[in-house]
Amino acid sequence: MSTPCVLTVEDLSVGWRGEPPLVEHACFEVKRGEVFGLLGGSGSGKSTLLRCLVGLEEPLAGRLDVLGAGPPRLDATRPRYGVMFQAGALFGSLTVGQNVALPIQRWTDLPRAAVATVVRSKLRLVGLEDAEHKLPAALSGGMRKRAAIARALSLEPDLLFLDEPSSGLDPVTSAELDVLIVTLQRALGLTVVLVTHELGSIFDIVDRCALLDRQARCVVAIGTPRALAASADGRVSGFFRRASGGA
Amino acid sequence: MAASDQPRRGSGPEPGSSRGARAAFSVERGDGRLLLGGDLGLPVAARLWRDLHTLSRAAPPPRLDLDLGGVAAVDGAAMALLVELRAELATRGIECEIVGASRRLEPLVHLYGGHAPPRLRATPARTGWLERLGRATVDAGRGLELAVAFVGAIVAALGGVLRRPASGNWRAVPSLAERAGIDGVPIVLLLDFLVGFVMGYQSADQLALYGAHAFVADVVGISVVRELSPLMTAIVVSGRSGAAFAAEIGTMRVSEEIDALRTMGFCPVRYLVLPRVAALALVGPVLTLLGDIVGVAGGALVGVIKLDIGPTAYLAELRTAIFPADVATGLVKGAAFGVAIALIGCHHGFATTGGAAGVGRRTTATVVTCLFTIVVLDTLFTVFFRMLGL
Ligand SMILES: Nc1ncnc2c1ncn2[C@@H]1O[C@H](COP(=O)(O)OP(=O)(O)OP(=O)(O)O)[C@@H](O)[C@H]1O
Ligand SMILES: [Mg+2]
Repeated sequence: MSTPCVLTVEDLSVGWRGEPPLVEHACFEVKRGEVFGLLGGSGSGKSTLLRCLVGLEEPLAGRLDVLGAGPPRLDATRPRYGVMFQAGALFGSLTVGQNVALPIQRWTDLPRAAVATVVRSKLRLVGLEDAEHKLPAALSGGMRKRAAIARALSLEPDLLFLDEPSSGLDPVTSAELDVLIVTLQRALGLTVVLVTHELGSIFDIVDRCALLDRQARCVVAIGTPRALAASADGRVSGFFRRASGGA
Repeated sequence: MAASDQPRRGSGPEPGSSRGARAAFSVERGDGRLLLGGDLGLPVAARLWRDLHTLSRAAPPPRLDLDLGGVAAVDGAAMALLVELRAELATRGIECEIVGASRRLEPLVHLYGGHAPPRLRATPARTGWLERLGRATVDAGRGLELAVAFVGAIVAALGGVLRRPASGNWRAVPSLAERAGIDGVPIVLLLDFLVGFVMGYQSADQLALYGAHAFVADVVGISVVRELSPLMTAIVVSGRSGAAFAAEIGTMRVSEEIDALRTMGFCPVRYLVLPRVAALALVGPVLTLLGDIVGVAGGALVGVIKLDIGPTAYLAELRTAIFPADVATGLVKGAAFGVAIALIGCHHGFATTGGAAGVGRRTTATVVTCLFTIVVLDTLFTVFFRMLGL
């Protein structure tokens, strides 16, 4: 509990090789215990920024500190954050239970039965006890997202990155997922970085957020969802108008 | 082509087309305009497009409007064609507006940008051979860069595993070896048997010319054990396991499963590639050895049914011809081909981009690269072994 900030982004620029940068000079901090939203229209670079935050992509420029350990590194040590990808990225050849068990087996010497106990406890957290032995292909969209969250939680992370947990879900399921995220976050004392453009999620569970803009290629606003929604900046109000289905 | 300076009708159902009551439309040339009428839609789009071109071809500058006054209904496809015609006319310096649209049609005109100034599309410049050559060079360079990076990753992963053998994903090896090996046994047996048989059949007549029947055993034995069995086995393994590795890893790649592995602290190369390399390094020699046996058996069958050499005599001849070194060189080749196939398949898997189509492309590329590599390697090995006197 030494640093109040679990994620510090300074002057960060991200993009793909051979293409103009998607986000430039992004600066924001995520405080311990909050749900931080990364908002923005489709193609504004939310997923790309998230890939940089978790160390899958090198930023074009800028500094990044994750959990006080400097830039994220994906080797050698047990990851202290969990990631849920936009499409779930469950291993198709493994059952749900095996998906959750894999990182536990990699990073602990727990005997098989103990791993199974941990796995079942994770699946219970997300309400998937019955699906332990199913293959991902045999799950519904919402179940797949919950399984992916269970897997992201498997290494007891302090920080959870979620890429559009509610995309492709109906409003009811998506609201249930929001409740699940908040419940887990409170109970486990997690910090959550949540990529979304779902207004419901934004107002219900996001504490603070940063809004990316595709044209401006930068973070155009940072603050609480209410403050952003009331913003006079056309790019910000425009996002909220579009997200609420207005013209 | 009909003279187009007199008013001319593009018409509804053409004579001879017996599709029954087709929605009728009309295009007529007016004064500085084309008058459209009837139902413009997908069913008549091809004829509409032809008529529009015919009628507008000789239109003089500066103006040719499209008058929708008589149009009862337009659909999106037809509207897109009208808008495209405007752009074409604009490139010829002819101004063109869509006019006379009824209130009902107005929103569609707007939706397709028919009210705005035509957007000139830059015609994609034909790429000259020099540019294509340049691009191909850059692509090849990038491919090479990827391959070198992959080799680097393999070496690093290998170093890590050698330092801490327990960190390897060895548990995956048996099932991978089973899939690549045991499941491939029948086809390898069949192929190698047939190859041995064909070899024997072909050489029997030639050798008989010199009265050297018995040497069939030598010819078939040496070629099968040193060359054909390793080659045929590797071809089968390329098609089965090399392609499967590329498809599996490629699919994992495009569905972000590899990224997920990395965020959970796995080294994908160590976790996915090394077990596959180990599996094929085991399976290659084993299948080759089985191939040796059935290949020789194929030759022996020819000896028995065609040359009247008894099985015992055949075996005795074989023993004078084939030395353990011959078998060993074949097995070394088998192992090397196995490793090469696994590396190529995994490399293409990791290099996959672009969804399902990308997976398909990489799978094909794997088989082609494998076959090429195997033949080249085989040549090098053969020369090398001969130089060593093996
Ligand atoms: N692997 C890739 N290689 C090259 N360009 C990419 C790649 N992935 C994404 N892009 C490009 O980066 C841009 C932003 O994509 P990104 O996935 O970050 O958007 P997003 O904000 O997450 O959108 P969405 O809400 O639709 O998920 C897009 O224009 C896309 O074409
Ligand atoms: Mg995204």
